Amino acid sequence: MTAVVNVFLKEGVLDPQGKAAHHALDSLGFAGVSDVRIGKQIIIKLDTEDRAVAETEVKEMCETLLANTVIEDYTIEIN
Amino acid sequence: MKVAVLRFPGTNCEFDTQYAFEKLGHTTELVWHETEQLPEEIDLVVVPGGFSYGDYLRSGSIARFSPVMKAVTAYANAGGKVLGICNGFQILTEAGLLPGALKRNNNLHFISKHQNLCVINNDNAFLNKCDKGEVLNIPIAHADGNYYIDDEGFKKLEANGQILLRYSDENGNPVVVNGSVTSIAGVCNEAKNVFGLMPHPERALEAILGSVDGIRMLQGFEA
Repeated sequence: MTAVVNVFLKEGVLDPQGKAAHHALDSLGFAGVSDVRIGKQIIIKLDTEDRAVAETEVKEMCETLLANTVIEDYTIEIN
Repeated sequence: MKVAVLRFPGTNCEFDTQYAFEKLGHTTELVWHETEQLPEEIDLVVVPGGFSYGDYLRSGSIARFSPVMKAVTAYANAGGKVLGICNGFQILTEAGLLPGALKRNNNLHFISKHQNLCVINNDNAFLNKCDKGEVLNIPIAHADGNYYIDDEGFKKLEANGQILLRYSDENGNPVVVNGSVTSIAGVCNEAKNVFGLMPHPERALEAILGSVDGIRMLQGFEA
C-alpha cells in the first residue's frame, strides 16, 4: 500500500513561504487569491495490505518524526 | 569543568565550541552521535551549531533520534546541564527537552550578522554572570530561528522566568529579527538545567572579531 502524508503549518501559525508565494501571485495579477499555504508531501510505500494496520503505523510515524505537532498538522491518505 | 561537545553528521561548530571552552580553561571531549553513553564526570553537554543531517525534513528532526540523544535526555532528566546553540537549540526543541519550535525566518533568508540581545532572566546556571536588562552583542547565523510557542506555553515561559534572551536594539528594546514570538532568542526548560539559544556565544570571544560578550555567557556554567 502507499501512504500519502501531507504536512502543513497549523492554522494560526504564520507560514512565511505561503505568504511570499501569495504576494508573488498578487504581483503577477492573479486576483481573488485569499490565502496560500505551503507544506510538504511524503509518500511512503508499505509492505502491508491491511489498511487499518497501515493507518495506525503511518499515524505513529507522523507523531514521532514526520510532523512536529507543536507547529504542524498532517493528513494521511492510504491507497 | 569538563564539557562534552556532541557531533552529528553535518555539525560544523564543534571545533569553535571546543576552542571556546578550552580558552576559558576547561577540558572538552567530542562525542560522536552514535555513542550510547556520555563521557564520565562531565559538567555540561553542549549540542553545537551546524546543519545536522542537512536540515532534512526539519532542522534537528533526525539528529534528535541519534543514539547519543537518549543519553543526553537521561542526563538532562537527572538534572545535568545541557546547552544547545543554534542547530543544537533546534535539536533540543525537537527532542522535547525545550518547549516550542523553530520555524523558517519570516523573511525566508539566512540571516548572518552581529545582533544585540537583551538579557531577560539571569537567575539560572547560564546567564548568572550577566545582568538583567544588559545588552550583549553576539553573532547570529540561521535560517530557522523563528521561535514559536502557543499562547499557553508562552505564559508559562514568562511566569517561570524561562525566557533567557530577546533580540534587541542597543538600548535593550525588542526588535524583530526573524519573526520569533516576542523576539525570543533563547529559552530554558522549567527545571532550568536545559538551555537553548539561536545566537553563537562561542563566536564572541575575541575583541578582534567584534565582541567578547560570549565569554561571560559561557562562564556562567562555571558557577
